[in-house]
Amino acid sequence: MGTFEPGLALTASPRLRRRQRTDRIMRAGATTAAILAVAVLGVMIGSVVVHGASQLSLSFLVDNPAGGALVGVAGGGIANAIIGSALLVGVATAMALPMGVLIAIYLTEFATPRTARPIRLALDLLNGLPTIVTGIFVFGLLVASHGQSGIAASFALAVVILPLITRTTQEMLLLVPKDLRDASHALGVSRWRTIIGVVLPGALGGILTGVVLAVARAAGETAPLLLTCSIFSNRTTLNVFGAAIPNIPIDIFSYSESPFPAEHAKAWGAALVLIVLILVGNLTARAMLARQRRRIGGH
Amino acid sequence: MASDPLQAAASGAHAVPFAIEPKGSAPAAPTEVVFDLRDVNVYYGETMAVRGVSMQIHKNVITAMIGPSGCGKSTIVRTLNRMNDSIAGFRVTGAVDYHGQALYAGGVDPVEVRRRIGMVFQRPNPFAKSIFDNIAWAPRILGLKRDIDERVEKALRGAALWDEVKDRLKSSALKLSGGQQQRLCIARAIAIEPEVLLLDEPASALDPVATTLIEDLMQDLKQTYTIVIVTHNMQQAARVAERTAFFSLEVSEGERTGILVEYDDTATLFTRPADERTRDYVTGRFG
Repeated sequence: MGTFEPGLALTASPRLRRRQRTDRIMRAGATTAAILAVAVLGVMIGSVVVHGASQLSLSFLVDNPAGGALVGVAGGGIANAIIGSALLVGVATAMALPMGVLIAIYLTEFATPRTARPIRLALDLLNGLPTIVTGIFVFGLLVASHGQSGIAASFALAVVILPLITRTTQEMLLLVPKDLRDASHALGVSRWRTIIGVVLPGALGGILTGVVLAVARAAGETAPLLLTCSIFSNRTTLNVFGAAIPNIPIDIFSYSESPFPAEHAKAWGAALVLIVLILVGNLTARAMLARQRRRIGGH
Repeated sequence: MASDPLQAAASGAHAVPFAIEPKGSAPAAPTEVVFDLRDVNVYYGETMAVRGVSMQIHKNVITAMIGPSGCGKSTIVRTLNRMNDSIAGFRVTGAVDYHGQALYAGGVDPVEVRRRIGMVFQRPNPFAKSIFDNIAWAPRILGLKRDIDERVEKALRGAALWDEVKDRLKSSALKLSGGQQQRLCIARAIAIEPEVLLLDEPASALDPVATTLIEDLMQDLKQTYTIVIVTHNMQQAARVAERTAFFSLEVSEGERTGILVEYDDTATLFTRPADERTRDYVTGRFG
């Protein structure tokens, strides 16, 4: 590198101008990509709202599908599917939550780095597993022998959300300061009592947030339900150990496959209900999570 | 009664590094031995953190451990209630006896050890519970459920915090000031009536006024408890402790190992130290 002439003009050289051009192009490309991501979400929600809004009415939310066993009848609602989805997701959460919290406790409080790593890896792989694979697994395990049922669907959904609940819980447990564990141990309190009395309460908000996220995820899962819980009646079904239970994702799927325009409209309506539930759940959870991180971390 | 050094601390007058007026109180007749350490080595993995510590800690006496950072004083004090057990690679050799029982013997349960040997940490670490529950939580779990209200009041009085918090026992402990939180931690530790209180730099995160309060408090607590205090503040050791142990670092072949240089009555250690390294440290020549 030579020295510069003091009198040399400070304008850009051709080479610098070329670099600036590249810079502008790259920046424009990246910006466009970012805008596109937002646009995709916007257009999707927008079209669901446009198509589905006309369906929305009190009757759509509180009535069962009209026409009894007949298909293609206009009117009626998806109350059975809303209740069914809530039931399936509720049972799935009841199965996955205790398990997930226990795994997270094991990982943060008891496991050595050598045992924790493969378990975390397994959970991450499970999280990335295509849910249709989970569905076919549960199909082989429960449905092939006992037929479709709510419990088979809930079990499949539990498998899907288990890694989600575990990882969020684990992250929150790690945020509980070591100081507090030390304080408890120094009082002659055993490890389990410390976890129950100090660690879990400290992480409670975060764990609940993880549950909300998991519920939102489970509510929208369709692939496992196609295989475990897709042939159902128009009535409200509450027995999870009995036949398949009506649910929103399968309603959307089957109504949209239907030859009747009235049912296409119902599919849009159901999609709107589902998307609103999930968006609200997700946004609440995110807000809760941010607050929780600040609260625990800021200690 | 606030003696002069305390006043000095309160006003922040630390200008003269060496105006140490050791608590001349001639050590009373030696009391019962609580801890007996003989040739204790502490290892973290392959590294020897502390080597060859032998000392006796007496009942109802305040024993201070001073020395530069990394000299192993905290390590030793945490060895006394097995708080180091959770650190991977921690190992101790030599004898650490508590009333004649080996603390690191096979059948000894660390939970039971800590039940009797309480600890207060450098940073105040109250639980995210109410003031009342911070103190009542452990006694309840340990089966000391009777007269829990009185127990809480007694602990808070013992930690000189009762008058400041008696009207808001149900409010969160996290709303207290740092000094109040630390006294709450002391109250929490004495609520389960341990025999020993280990204080690991209890005032290092506090302002001089709060520090003075804690130091005054220690003089009261000494009547009931055996106290071991780790401090990086020599003046503090001189003000509160009857016995002082000076730890230092020995560097050989790149390894830094903590050693106990000298252990004596505080007055002797500060005015007529036997070891040159002690004299250099207490006169401020290094450290």
